Amino acid sequence: MHELSLTSAIVKTVERHAAGRRVAVVNVRVGRMRQVVPETLAFSFDIVARDTVCEGARLELEIVEARLRCRACEHVWTIELREFRCPACSGAEVEVASGNELEVESIEVEEDACIAPG
Amino acid sequence: MHRTRVRIVEDALDANNTIAQANRADFDRAGVTVVNFMSAPGAGKTALLERVAGDLPGVRLGVLEGDVQGSLDADRLAARHVPVTQLNTDPGFGGECHLDANMVRSALPDVPLAEIDLLVVENVGNLVCPAEFRIGEDVRVMVSSVTEGEDKPLKYPLMFRTCDLVLVNKVDLLPHLDYDISKFLHHLDSVHPGVERMMVSARTGEGVDAWRDWLLRIAARERVPA
Repeated sequence: MHELSLTSAIVKTVERHAAGRRVAVVNVRVGRMRQVVPETLAFSFDIVARDTVCEGARLELEIVEARLRCRACEHVWTIELREFRCPACSGAEVEVASGNELEVESIEVEEDACIAPG
Repeated sequence: MHRTRVRIVEDALDANNTIAQANRADFDRAGVTVVNFMSAPGAGKTALLERVAGDLPGVRLGVLEGDVQGSLDADRLAARHVPVTQLNTDPGFGGECHLDANMVRSALPDVPLAEIDLLVVENVGNLVCPAEFRIGEDVRVMVSSVTEGEDKPLKYPLMFRTCDLVLVNKVDLLPHLDYDISKFLHHLDSVHPGVERMMVSARTGEGVDAWRDWLLRIAARERVPA
């Protein structure tokens, strides 16, 4: 259930940026390395969002593939969380190229202000 | 009423990491080395601390004990004359399953930083959430006991990838288990090639000398004035 911890972090981040405005949509990019279950994240979000500007908002997830880069030969590949050794040169010095994201990309908020005519 | 799109592009854990840096700065100022000590429930964190408490020449040990509820672990360590600060996560959202930087920060006034050199933060037993939240530690140590099975590195890669030392505990039980330690080490090297590891038994004391020497080494390393 680490989804609950992660949604709390997401909601807190949104609260800081929403400046009191009601939030309709939260767009989040989640890397595969985070091992998030999307349904559980959505469920946790609905609970954590209660009594905040996020209440009733829709959580939109973009899943980012986990990719590694070999420091020795620069080879980049997509992994299934099993093998952290470079398949090209067998190097062990690898870095995560993508997949660690837990990024609040943007939100859509509702504004009361009238749109200027014309 | 109309909708506006607000671009944010911010890691949801940034707020936590900022507080973790503040904790780290406080620890550095006090000259205290901090270990984030993590494992699944029942892997033997407290027992491994009991083994080295009072036996770290020249290094004054303190413990920050994270539990959902109660002070059973803290009581065990206090009996060894280690200054222990209890941090219960229960008042949080139904009892948090991990420590985060802010919880640790709130406990800092109760930690006698001036009287210790090494602070071991015993995290809540859990292989998932604690790996996500930095608390301001210098190093991360995890305990994986042989009764948990060989496949754990593959199931919890974030935990195994972000630690600096893996203590494989309860090795005295190996003759009684189907656990294949070479399989475990193979999986460990798949997710974190070359990570330092030690075979230990808190029960028999096997490997405890190496664990104690490791703590002495990192306490000395981190204490070198900048």
